[in-house]
Order: sequence, then structure tokens, then C-alpha cells
Amino acid sequence: MSAPADFQHDAADGGTLRFNGNLSLRSIGDLPERLAAVEGPVAQLDLSGIDRIDTVGAWLVHRFARDHDAAVSGLGTDSQHLFDQVAGADRPVEIRPGQLGTFQRLLAEIGEAVIQAFRTLYGLLGFMGATAMAFGAVLLNPRRFRFHATVHRFEVVGVTALGIIGLMSFLIGIVIAQQGAVQLRQFGAEVYTINLLGRLTLRELGILMTAIMVAGRSGSAFAAQLGTMKLTEEIDAMRTIGVNPMEALVLPRVIAAVVMLPLLGFYSSVIAMIGGGLLCWISLDIPPITFVQRLREVVPITDLYVGMVKAPVFAAIIAIAGCYQGMQVESDAEQVGKRTTTAVVQAIFLVIVLDAFFAVFFTEVGWN
Amino acid sequence: MTAPTFAGDAVIRVRGLRNSFGEQVVHEGLDLDVRPGEILGVVGGSGTGKSVLMRSIIGLQEPDAGSIEVFGEDVRHLDSGEAIELRKRWGVLFQGGALFSTLTVAENVQVPLKEFYPSFDQALLDEIAAYKVVMTGLPSDAGPKYPAELSGGMKKRAGLARSLALDPELLFLDEPTAGLDPIGAAAFDELTLSLQRTLGLTVFLITHDLDTLYAICDRVAVLADKRVIAVGTIDELLALDHPWIQEYFNGPRGRAAVSSVERAAATGA
Repeated sequence: MSAPADFQHDAADGGTLRFNGNLSLRSIGDLPERLAAVEGPVAQLDLSGIDRIDTVGAWLVHRFARDHDAAVSGLGTDSQHLFDQVAGADRPVEIRPGQLGTFQRLLAEIGEAVIQAFRTLYGLLGFMGATAMAFGAVLLNPRRFRFHATVHRFEVVGVTALGIIGLMSFLIGIVIAQQGAVQLRQFGAEVYTINLLGRLTLRELGILMTAIMVAGRSGSAFAAQLGTMKLTEEIDAMRTIGVNPMEALVLPRVIAAVVMLPLLGFYSSVIAMIGGGLLCWISLDIPPITFVQRLREVVPITDLYVGMVKAPVFAAIIAIAGCYQGMQVESDAEQVGKRTTTAVVQAIFLVIVLDAFFAVFFTEVGWN
Repeated sequence: MTAPTFAGDAVIRVRGLRNSFGEQVVHEGLDLDVRPGEILGVVGGSGTGKSVLMRSIIGLQEPDAGSIEVFGEDVRHLDSGEAIELRKRWGVLFQGGALFSTLTVAENVQVPLKEFYPSFDQALLDEIAAYKVVMTGLPSDAGPKYPAELSGGMKKRAGLARSLALDPELLFLDEPTAGLDPIGAAAFDELTLSLQRTLGLTVFLITHDLDTLYAICDRVAVLADKRVIAVGTIDELLALDHPWIQEYFNGPRGRAAVSSVERAAATGA
């Protein structure tokens, strides 16, 4: 490497800086600080002693000449050309968008979040309406129903989820039974573990945990699939050909979810009871036959109805939130990720809010 | 510009390169030299591994065999410190610009500077980013914009500004004019040429654009049959009797590009 960038200050003739060495980015060193520290008038910048100059070196020289109103001399033809180009590019450019104060930014963010929340709610309602209209159109004209697409979704949403949902439910059944037994033993009421297990899984946990799993598994997949299709203009292509994406893409997914979630929820409840039953057998010495008899005595059939009524509603929410967020993707790939996250968060949030409403509602109608 | 500070007369020297993806062999015994200060155009049909060649040279793709020297250093056997020193000397413009989407254009330009020269104060970094943005022909109000707000041509210019951030000696351009309108493409060609003259760059340019080849490339390397079958000026290539080369330069589009160059020469442009 050649010598680092350097200069001598010659105070004669109104001041001259004589540069030498290599005025390029890699050997610039502390030249910016030293130039800033130059005192006294400078009328001339003599660059005849330098080995090499690049745009950063040229910029530093140009900036100094500009600020001190000094003349630049001694550059070779190529270097002079480079210097002129850099000097010609001296225009004010902002680096980042204007920043508000902290307090204003806080207010602006709150405001934007509120507007965004209402806009999303409005959009989601509109999308629900559009889905309902597509459903109505298909009912009036059943030949337009995408049978194969829907059956394929049954498999993706339902059948392939059996393994993970089964495992999850089995473990949750064990946890409920075990924790229930520990607490109830204090009152000598271990046998009520069965009430706890049976009612909790059928009424609440079976459906709720399944809904959360389906939101994470399928709601996110819906958003990502539709989002990617939106990006690659597949959805626009569909519209141009005359295929309604609501009928071809959204409806099969919503129907698949609405059909599969009650089945998965029931399956989940049964597996959870099997898990809990095994624990009761092993640690409470309640044999399976007694466990089943006891279940039939203490768990009213309405508990099953409560679960089964909720499931399709949750499913519709999950599928519509997923499809809606997917259809909102525009312009860049980063949005697919963001929208997918939003779809899952929204779906789980809405499911839990609705679950609370359902709990109050079913108590009011006497199914408790 | 001082003479290059490495042994030999090639900036990039590739010998016996072999690349494959599973069963599919992309390169086999590929040789290529890039001379200092030239703009080398790399052409070839789709799937002949132009981008793979570039990725091998810049170290994003580990070849199966062969040697690759850049500035006289074997890029396949560098320790991490040497690799970083080498990376400071080249800039890469990817096809889509590959701008960091969470940063503004000007902040994108500052990324390499901040990475390698953390001691620079923010005011100087801002000034450097500002003149780089202007030098690449972007309007001054493009600085604070995010990549999502830019058109395709502006993204490429912003990408070029970032690849020039460290004042590299060697520039890799991957299809810089693809997806640009003819006016934008011609302007980008002119920008490449003027920056190459001004900064004394060596340019490795992958392109499908015949106009670009005629307008700015000193030499053209043709990729076919898993290797570089010919390198030379377009006239030298046309003298060869290879069917693909003849088809490429003498097809309807090739002739159109020639006549537009001739028209430009005749009008004294």
C-alpha cells in the first residue's frame, strides 16, 4: 500500500495546503478530523503531490475548498475529471424522513393504530360479506362449486393435522387430570377429577386448543398462500380469465375449515379424555370402565353441543382472517410475512373474545 | 489512477471452474480472464450459469473444483480477514437491487461504510451518501425514500450507489438493464460507462441486452456448453463460426442493435 493521506499547512501567500499520499477511502485515516482542525486562512489546495484520489478524498478536498473558499490545483486529467464529478454532485440530500418529537410521535402512533384497528375491522366485515355472497352465488349455481379444491383443503386442514392435534390433546388431558387430582386430593375428592376433565375438554379446551392450532397451522398458510399469489399476480390473472378468486380460493378454504374444525375439536376432546383417563387409571387407580361410567353420569350432552356450536364459528373466523390478510398483500414480499403474523394474531384474539361471549351466552340459556 | 497493485495482468482469473447442482453440471472446465479497466460483458442463454459464475467469483457459491483469483488472491482459500479486505475492493449490484427494505436509500449507501469504517462521524457519512446518491443520477429527494417507494430503475440506481459506497476497483453488475424501459436502460448504460471512466473501474457485467453490449462493453465473453467458448470484441466474435454466437448477434434483435449504434455514430452522437 502507498502512503496514508497527509498534508502540510504553508501559511505563506494567504495559506496553502499541500496534500500528499493516497487520498482514498482505505488510507484516509484521520484526515477528516485534521482538516476540520486547520486554522487560519487557506487560499490554495495543492494536490500535485498525491499518489491517488478516489471520491471520498475528492469529497473531503471539495468540502474544504467550498467552506474556505479556496482554489484547488495540481490534479491530473483523470483525477480532475473525478473531482469535477464529485463536486458537481454536491447537492442537499436528506438521509432519512423527517422525525417528529417523541410526544408527537407517540400520539401519531396511537392515532394510526386506532385508525388501523377500525379499518381492519371494517375490511374484515366487508370480506365476510363478500364470502357470504360468494357462498350464496355457489348455492344458486352449484356447478360453480370447486369440489376438488374443497376436498383437497379437507385433507390439508383436517387429515394432516390429526397427528399434532392428537399429541397436543393427549398431553393436555394428562396435565388437566394430574393437576386436578393434586388439588382435589386435598379435599379427598379425587373422583371429581373426571368431572373436571370431561366437562372442561368438551366445553372449552378441546375446541379452543384445536382452534389455536388450526389458526397457527392453516390460518397462517392461507394468508401466506394467497399473499404469494397476490404478489405473483396469479389472482389478477384469475380475475382476467373470469374466475372469481372468492369462489375459487377463499370459499374452499372457509368451507374446509368450517367442516373440519368441529371434527378436529371432537377428536381432540376424545383424545384428551383418553389421556386423562390413562392418568386416572395409573395414579388414581380408577379403572377405565369406571372412568367411562362416571363420564356418562357427570358430563351432560349439552357440553358436547356447546363445543360443537362454537367450532364452526371459530373456523369461519380463522379462515376469513387468514384469507383476508392474504388478499391485502401488496407490492413486496416483506408484507407476506407481516400479514401472515397479523392473520394468526387476529384469528386467535377474535376466537378468544368470541369464546368469552359464548361462555356468557350458554350460561344464560341454561346449558351449564 | 495508479497501476493495479497485484501480480499478473488479470483482475479476475478463473481456471478450470466446475459447478454443479446435484446431477446437473453447470460449469465444467471454465476459464475466464477479466483485464483491468475493461467492461467485460458476459452473455449466454438462459440457464448457462452466468449468475452462478458471478456468485462463484464473489464467494457466494462454493465451486466443486477450479481456482478463482481476484486481484491475484485465491478467493477460495482466504481467511476471514483477507476475505473482508478483498470485499472492500469490489461492489456488487444484484438483479433486483437487493436494497435493505427497512433502510432508506441513503442509509443503504451508508451500510458498507459504517461496517468497514466505524470511526467516520455521522455528518461525513451523510455527505458521502448524499454525493453518491446524486452521482448515480438519482434525484436529490430520493435519499430519504424507502426501497418500496422506488421504481425499478431507481432501485437499480440506488443499488449501484450502494455498490459504489466503498469506492471499489471492481464492479459486478447482474443484468443491470433488465426490466428497464429503453430510455432508462440507455441512461443506465451511459451512467455505467461514465462512472467506469471516472472511477477507473473494472466491470464484470452480465446482460441479455444487446444494446448494452454494443454501447459500453470493451469485450464480451460467451457462455455455452458449460464453459466460456469465446471472449473478444463483438467483431472478433462475429468472425467465429459458432452457430449460437451467429444466432445471437445476427438474429433480428442483434441486427437492430447494430443499426441503432450505426445511426447514433452517423448522427455524430
